[in-house]
Amino acid sequence: MLIKIAKPGDLRESNVTPESIYLSRRRFMGGVVGLTAGAGLALAGRAQAAAADYQDVPAGNPPGWFKPKLDNAEWNSVVPADRDLDKLAPFDDATHYNNFYEFGTGKGDPARNAASLKTQPWSVVIDGEVNNGGRFDLEDIAKPSRLQERIYRLRCVEAWSMVIPWLGIPLGDVIQRAEPTSKAKYVRFETLVAPDQMPGQDSSFALIDWPYTEGLRMDEAMHPLAILGLGMYGRELPNQNGAPFRLIVPWKYGFKSIKSIVRISLVEEQPVNSWQAIAPDEYGFYANVNPGVDHPRWSQATERRLPNSLFNPNIIDTRMFNGYAEEVSSLYQGMDLRKHF
Amino acid sequence: MPRYAFTLWRIAVFIAALVPLVYWSSQVAINAAGPEPGRYLLLNIGQGILWMLLLTLSLTPLTKLTRWKGFTLIRRQLGLWTLTYAVAHLLCYSVFILGLDLSRLGSEIVRRPYIIVGMLALTGLIAMGVTSNKWSMRKLGKRWKTLHKVVYLVLGLGLLHFLWVVRADMEQWSLYAAVGAFLMILRIPPIARQLPKARQQIKRPRRAKA
Repeated sequence: MLIKIAKPGDLRESNVTPESIYLSRRRFMGGVVGLTAGAGLALAGRAQAAAADYQDVPAGNPPGWFKPKLDNAEWNSVVPADRDLDKLAPFDDATHYNNFYEFGTGKGDPARNAASLKTQPWSVVIDGEVNNGGRFDLEDIAKPSRLQERIYRLRCVEAWSMVIPWLGIPLGDVIQRAEPTSKAKYVRFETLVAPDQMPGQDSSFALIDWPYTEGLRMDEAMHPLAILGLGMYGRELPNQNGAPFRLIVPWKYGFKSIKSIVRISLVEEQPVNSWQAIAPDEYGFYANVNPGVDHPRWSQATERRLPNSLFNPNIIDTRMFNGYAEEVSSLYQGMDLRKHF
Repeated sequence: MPRYAFTLWRIAVFIAALVPLVYWSSQVAINAAGPEPGRYLLLNIGQGILWMLLLTLSLTPLTKLTRWKGFTLIRRQLGLWTLTYAVAHLLCYSVFILGLDLSRLGSEIVRRPYIIVGMLALTGLIAMGVTSNKWSMRKLGKRWKTLHKVVYLVLGLGLLHFLWVVRADMEQWSLYAAVGAFLMILRIPPIARQLPKARQQIKRPRRAKA
């Protein structure tokens, strides 16, 4: 009988790049060529002083390790092709119009109530189908990757949208470092549960079964556009925006971009995300922005770009995959997006 | 109470019912209503409808409990305020959410159950509003009372409309529903008959003191 004992230098199964990722990377590189031809995004490697852009943004209180990362950030790493059409939302609007039900269901509740959230120290558990799991300080998760600024459209499932300048690291980097096994087919995310800091979790009328849970398919998670956010508007994340660590998946409805993450699990089975659990007829697992598939209670064909005013509701057409179709549509080839909404 | 006091009372109620609308509008005017002022008005006025409706429905039990004429005097006014808020709510939806695309309003009414329910409730309020005058009362006779019982249906439809809008936290809805249910319970005949007796029981100890 042959028993194989691995030598320390041997490659393990987890070192093998899954085919889907290998292919998705090739697709992405292909996409980049298309992009420079002028369609969706402009990927710019140039570092630009961001300080001038965010003069009016109040300074936060970031942990010590955040400052050097900020100084070394890659500004304008991904920006909208048409910056007049996709103008940045004012910081004040982006921080006072939030859906973060852990702090209340009103749009202003998170800004009012999120001060009680303790974001330092912060650790994240990475577990499931990985070889390099465990509990990690946020600093250690962020350390190996350079901060990148990604200016993305954020399309809420409620048919409004804003343009937000995020600062984050590629989700794919973090997953790769955890060394997923071949069984890892999905990524599951969990938000902090702390009713003493999050008054919404204390409500006995809440329908969400805490922790708030989200999920992505492995190839979605490895897509270069998917990032883990640490900051916005040239500073760290304000509490009401999901501090200190959140997901940003710009081609999906906003509720997929889970906030204040404390656990990332690589799993074999498709996770059930919180909104799907509450109302499976209204919210699916994929939740890709799709103007052709209505929410049962409203049309998704258009969106209100915020801020707007009474005299100009600023209604614009919603684009397939929120305008990122060129980059991501290949992930869903052959899928019935009406069924997998 | 002299006659002018009742006139003052009605004017005071009129102003009080107007105050929320003025307040919300002023918040919009000074840019304190957030990045989506239209939706701010839509949602606040929507809750205002329920307030007005519940206040209107509380007048009959209050009259039975106190026999104060003032409550009866403002019943029509508050009913019409409920209608006014409801019309304003629909206007906000049409203008600020649909951008005055009326063909979309048509398709939304047909397709979205919660909007159908809202429109039905509004239709009920309009039917009561246009018949809330002496001429209609005379013309309709007995049927007038029957027609105005539609208000109970409107309450149910309004609460259902609201229930389908809230999805994650039922606290606020439960409060409105509880108040609505309480006001309905007070109308169940055996309980309704107790109200005037309750008044006497409240009065008696006072007399003893005097």
